[in-house]
Amino acid sequence: MIAEIGAFAAALALALSLAQGVMGLTASRRDSRAQATAAIAQAAAALCIFGFICLIIVFVRSDFSVAVVAANSHIDKPLAYKIAGAWGNHEGSMLLWCTVSALFGAVLASTRGRQSQGLWSRSVGVQGLVTAGALIYTLFLSPPFARLDPAPMIGSGLNPLLQDPALVIHPPLLYLGYVGLSVPFSLAIAALIEGKADQAWARALRPWTLAAWMFLTAGIAIGSYWAYYELGWGGWWFWDPVENASFMPWLIAAALVHSAIVTERRGSLASWTMLLAIIGFGLAILGTFLVRSGVLTSVHAFAVDPQRGIAMLVLLFIALGVGFGLYAWRAPKLAQASGFAAVSRESMLVWNNFGLAIAAAVVLIGTLYPLIVEAMGGGLISVGPPFFNATVAPLLGVLLLLLPLGPMLTWRVGDMRTALMRLAPAGALALVTLVTALALSGWRAVPAIGLALGVWLIAGGFIYLWTRIERGEGRKLAKLAALPLAVWSMSLAHLGAGVLTIGAIAETAFRSERIVLLTPGESVDFVERRLTLLGVGQTEGPNYTATRAEFRVERGAAVQRLSAERRYFTTSPMPTTEVGILSGIDGDLYVALGEAARDETGAWSVRLYHNPLVYLIFLGALMMAFGGVLSLIALSRRKKVSP
Amino acid sequence: MRRRDQRLMMIAAAGAVLVLAATLTFVGLRDSITYFVAPSELAEKAQSGQRVRLGGLVVDGTLRRDEDGAMRFAVTDGATQVEVRYAGILPDLFREGQGVVAEGTWAPGAAFEADRVLAKHDENYMPREVAEAIKQRGEWKGEDAP
Repeated sequence: MIAEIGAFAAALALALSLAQGVMGLTASRRDSRAQATAAIAQAAAALCIFGFICLIIVFVRSDFSVAVVAANSHIDKPLAYKIAGAWGNHEGSMLLWCTVSALFGAVLASTRGRQSQGLWSRSVGVQGLVTAGALIYTLFLSPPFARLDPAPMIGSGLNPLLQDPALVIHPPLLYLGYVGLSVPFSLAIAALIEGKADQAWARALRPWTLAAWMFLTAGIAIGSYWAYYELGWGGWWFWDPVENASFMPWLIAAALVHSAIVTERRGSLASWTMLLAIIGFGLAILGTFLVRSGVLTSVHAFAVDPQRGIAMLVLLFIALGVGFGLYAWRAPKLAQASGFAAVSRESMLVWNNFGLAIAAAVVLIGTLYPLIVEAMGGGLISVGPPFFNATVAPLLGVLLLLLPLGPMLTWRVGDMRTALMRLAPAGALALVTLVTALALSGWRAVPAIGLALGVWLIAGGFIYLWTRIERGEGRKLAKLAALPLAVWSMSLAHLGAGVLTIGAIAETAFRSERIVLLTPGESVDFVERRLTLLGVGQTEGPNYTATRAEFRVERGAAVQRLSAERRYFTTSPMPTTEVGILSGIDGDLYVALGEAARDETGAWSVRLYHNPLVYLIFLGALMMAFGGVLSLIALSRRKKVSP
Repeated sequence: MRRRDQRLMMIAAAGAVLVLAATLTFVGLRDSITYFVAPSELAEKAQSGQRVRLGGLVVDGTLRRDEDGAMRFAVTDGATQVEVRYAGILPDLFREGQGVVAEGTWAPGAAFEADRVLAKHDENYMPREVAEAIKQRGEWKGEDAP
């Protein structure tokens, strides 16, 4: 019964979303349709949320007469994973997509700000159509509430790799980011229809771009950390198509966050901001398509279905067709506001956007190239890390080199000489790092440059904070505390980029790995540590049994314990690797248990990694996401001051 | 006049960056793509030392371990068997009789040296390349096309 109620709520939400689209787009200046649109948007969101709660309930009650529950859940599963199972599969995750889209539509409808009525109601209308498109796809091509007859007695269980705390948080965060990009898209389409994009429009756009970027940052960081400890290969980023699918929208969202500032503060770049909003949402749909259609071979876990992929491509072409069509037709008519000099805050932000957009384009080419070659009969190929390391890394490097200059320049006309003079200490520090790293690493240029860039970013960030408190009277510490939140948020995000750079370079360039065969009692020396296999035994979890290896790790006088497991789930033929990680100030000792030797020696194969400073990668990404949070708080406070 | 110079300068710089990015991309695509080959195409398509992705089914009963801990197994597309050596822990989903993609280099007379082995993290899934290779040999037994 609950499944039917859920399906009914979702169908009703579809009808309301369509109504929201029609009403919102046709609302004129005077009539009350705009108000009605807002009310419909809220009702649609409530119904979607209700439908999604119904799905969670059927998962919690393990109602195996519902197909997705039977295919993805199991009675033995811990409660948290039963709930998370609702979005740990294709159908449920698509319903989550719709729910988030409807929810954002409702929030958009209740935050008009200073936008004109036409812009506001049209953006709510477009968002309604986005929700409707997603609901049509979900209800007709991947119905989450479809029944099975006869119902199986027992579910086949969630893919064991997905039984992990990260499943609870990683997909919803990514979807909040992906769907978050639909709101800037709706706002851009509305502005193009209205033929007007003013500063009030940019003001409405900014929190959405920030929120989408922040969710994507956090979602990607958590996903990357999940892959790091779950896949058992010690890596955190593989330039896999599924990763690229989330990285492209992230790059565009990062560009959008910066260009929207220019549009709001100075009124310029409005049409570029719109173009980015359209591209960003297009890439978000493309990302969903790449992940769900299985056209590209990926190392990450997804069930795939080509037919759904085609439907998703249709949605992508509708969104991009409408977006680019309207853009080509209307954007030239938009008034372009004030100009700026070649050296100014604006120009630095233009460079930032240029670099990020090119990086996104290169990732796109690399990701889709295998499809293009295959379509042209060139055989099956894959484009792997060497390509992306040789193209995207230098581009982002140049971008990071320019980054500290941006905040040091003023709007309209900046003074490059003063900015460079102020940044000189950071430059000197970076040079010292460069030379030291070159000497210590045996003249390996790329890692040395990367580390120097990281130091340049961090030192540059602190110098910026110093310039903000150095001016004027008063105690420096008091002024530091009184700095606007916007300054803190930007500094934190930029410092995070530096921290992430250092972590990424250190982990990639200076990682050690080794495979050993160990019998219980045997020891091995690895990166200043002595590792002893104490024993291998069996343990039991709630719905799995595990082979667990216990290790003793001695480092100087310090002795620590560590265990690594292989888990065998009753519902699945494949074991999963549960690595043991010992984090220290210099990085992680990462131990994955392999298989027992086939001969009778009692030896186990063990893979050892030392990942230097790997935690800085995740710390840096979290700093960036937290910078986004602070910026959102700053924006919402500002609204209250001047309503 | 100064303003126009500035604009020209910015456009020139942007053009230079664009050309650089395009060059990097094309050189990258020329040099660092990896071709997919089936075991029976390996000798003909892969030059000695070139990086390729080898896809096929792991032959039952061929998995064993070398003295140094590296794994050895044979991969087939129904026509030819190729010996693969991989110095690492095989992915959780690796099974004899199932599809696998091994990435690495090959030289005549030696085993295929893999430095990466992909077995999809879903028990029902066969890497698309493997399905293609088996279909090309006319050995496809799956219920429907991938």
